[in-house]
Amino acid sequence: MNYLTEIKEGLAIAWDAIRANKMRSILTTLGIIIGIVTVTSMATAIDALNRAFHDSISVLGADVLFVSQHNWVNRTFEEWIKDNKRAVITHQEAEAVEREMTEAQAVAPVVTTFQAVWYKDHRASRVQIIGATDQFLITSGFNIAQGRYLTSAEAEGGRPICVIGNDVATNLFHMDTPIGKRIKIGARRLEVIGVLEKRGSFLGTDSFDNEVIIPIQQFLVGYMRRPSFDIQVKVRDITHLDDAKEELRGLMRKIRHDKPGDPDDFSINQQEQFIETFNKVTGTIAMVGLLVTGMSLFVGGIGIMNIMFVSVAERTREIGVRKAIGAKRRTILLQFLIEAATICLLGGLAGLCITYLLTLIASTVFPYFPITMSVPVMILAILTSVVTGVSSGFAPAWRAARMNPVDALRSE
Amino acid sequence: MSLIRLQNISRLYQMGTETIHALRTISLEVQRGEYVAIMGPSGSGKSTLMNLLGCLDTCTSGTYELNGTNVSDLDDNELAEIRNREIGFVFQTFNLLPRANALRNVELPLIYSGKPSDERREIALQALSSVGLGDRIHHKPNEMSGGQRQRVAIARALVNSPSIILADEPTGNLDSKTGEEIMALLRALSEKGNTIFVVTHEEDIARRARRILRIRDGLIADDSANSAKPHSPAP
Repeated sequence: MNYLTEIKEGLAIAWDAIRANKMRSILTTLGIIIGIVTVTSMATAIDALNRAFHDSISVLGADVLFVSQHNWVNRTFEEWIKDNKRAVITHQEAEAVEREMTEAQAVAPVVTTFQAVWYKDHRASRVQIIGATDQFLITSGFNIAQGRYLTSAEAEGGRPICVIGNDVATNLFHMDTPIGKRIKIGARRLEVIGVLEKRGSFLGTDSFDNEVIIPIQQFLVGYMRRPSFDIQVKVRDITHLDDAKEELRGLMRKIRHDKPGDPDDFSINQQEQFIETFNKVTGTIAMVGLLVTGMSLFVGGIGIMNIMFVSVAERTREIGVRKAIGAKRRTILLQFLIEAATICLLGGLAGLCITYLLTLIASTVFPYFPITMSVPVMILAILTSVVTGVSSGFAPAWRAARMNPVDALRSE
Repeated sequence: MSLIRLQNISRLYQMGTETIHALRTISLEVQRGEYVAIMGPSGSGKSTLMNLLGCLDTCTSGTYELNGTNVSDLDDNELAEIRNREIGFVFQTFNLLPRANALRNVELPLIYSGKPSDERREIALQALSSVGLGDRIHHKPNEMSGGQRQRVAIARALVNSPSIILADEPTGNLDSKTGEEIMALLRALSEKGNTIFVVTHEEDIARRARRILRIRDGLIADDSANSAKPHSPAP
């Protein structure tokens, strides 16, 4: 008897047995369904979180280095305090980097603050005001939707103009065209010359479109006299990112007169740092989450084992008959393993369908969250359910396979 | 050469600290085509002997040769193969698979012997019509009478053309008229050359056989040709 007929026969027997005990099969399968639903929901949620994060973080650009007084990712409050005591990064330092950096495609000094913005009686509160140069368009990756961006002369000049983010445009002007209108930020009025393209938000919370870009000179004169600058450096070639980072670090140390042996008194941040930290966090969530949800699958597996023991006991006579007419141990073992695996597989498929419906519901409730069920999750679910079936069915199947035919035939 | 040769077979059971001698030194030869009844009161060891003959159980000592093979030192899987190929069982309680129809029940030994499905169906259909059930192939056991079920069981026993057919109280669960029909069927099979064992405690049933073995206390107490019926001479 070859394996193929054995498996075919096993499937037929399993199907018969499941249909003969409908209620019992459904209740047993329920354990597996719940297990698979929790595991796949968890996996899908983590998957969605990951994707949302990577979509959001890609706004930063993988090839842009951010020189800043602060390290983005501070592990402790003490570290943050230490960063805070560093000398501010000045405009002169930023300009020096702009002049001397060789590996850079663009260098943009940036200063930011938050202010309310007015147009007539419309008000937008807590808008990010960015003092920047023409280079900022390159380093930030923004695109212009209407009008134009600042020229290099305008950035250094005193003309009161600005480029506004998409949210600001919608909030202040609604359907009206903003180009040529004058908005009020603090005490100053600036003419809108351009509107940025929409960029979305960070994980559906902080918008990337709620800002006004003004010439850096305007910023220094009108809003903050000695701010700490950030310097955005877009490297010429992303394969030389590390070289560029080293060059930038050396340059900054020279410009800021860091003594040899002293630590840097500035930080060079990049997208990767966020990703690393994030991966650590989601890695932990995934581990704990899958462990916890795995428990429910484990309980489901115990249910299968239990019911398979009952099934074997109930069918002792049948096992005896099968052995008497020539079934080998392997055949009986396979028969019960297939039965357990089939129950679990059906449960797994049902669970997968339920999770799929849940993701559909979730994606309508959280439209900005990219929740979809991925193929690896589906494969994982199916494999897990079959493995659960085989492993929890093994002990009962083994008992059946090793039965003595004489005793089995004698049982009532 | 004898089809069956038992030499000094014994079978012991350990019940706690007590050793039970179910069979003590039994020697027996049976030729192809014989029709043998095994008789004895309960506890005599006749069931143990039948289990040994049917390769469901192995002996504690002695040798058992079946159709030229020494089966006393085969392992579990080899015994399963021997049972599949050489032995057809007919049980008192029929022991059909309740959820399978007559055809599938009869096909089962062929599935285990690895016959391809079209061949399987043909042989099974033949076996069913040879026991007079050609029109009942799609009936499940609970849709058939006791006599019909036992016929299905006999068809299942025949389907792999075994060397011996072992019938354990084949009429025990049937009324006398149906029992009569089953016994007639067994006799017809015997006349076609099949080797048949019938285990029974009914003198009436045993007298249909041509040879009667009487077992008592794990020994063959009497082994005689049956001359009760003039038209069935002992071989």
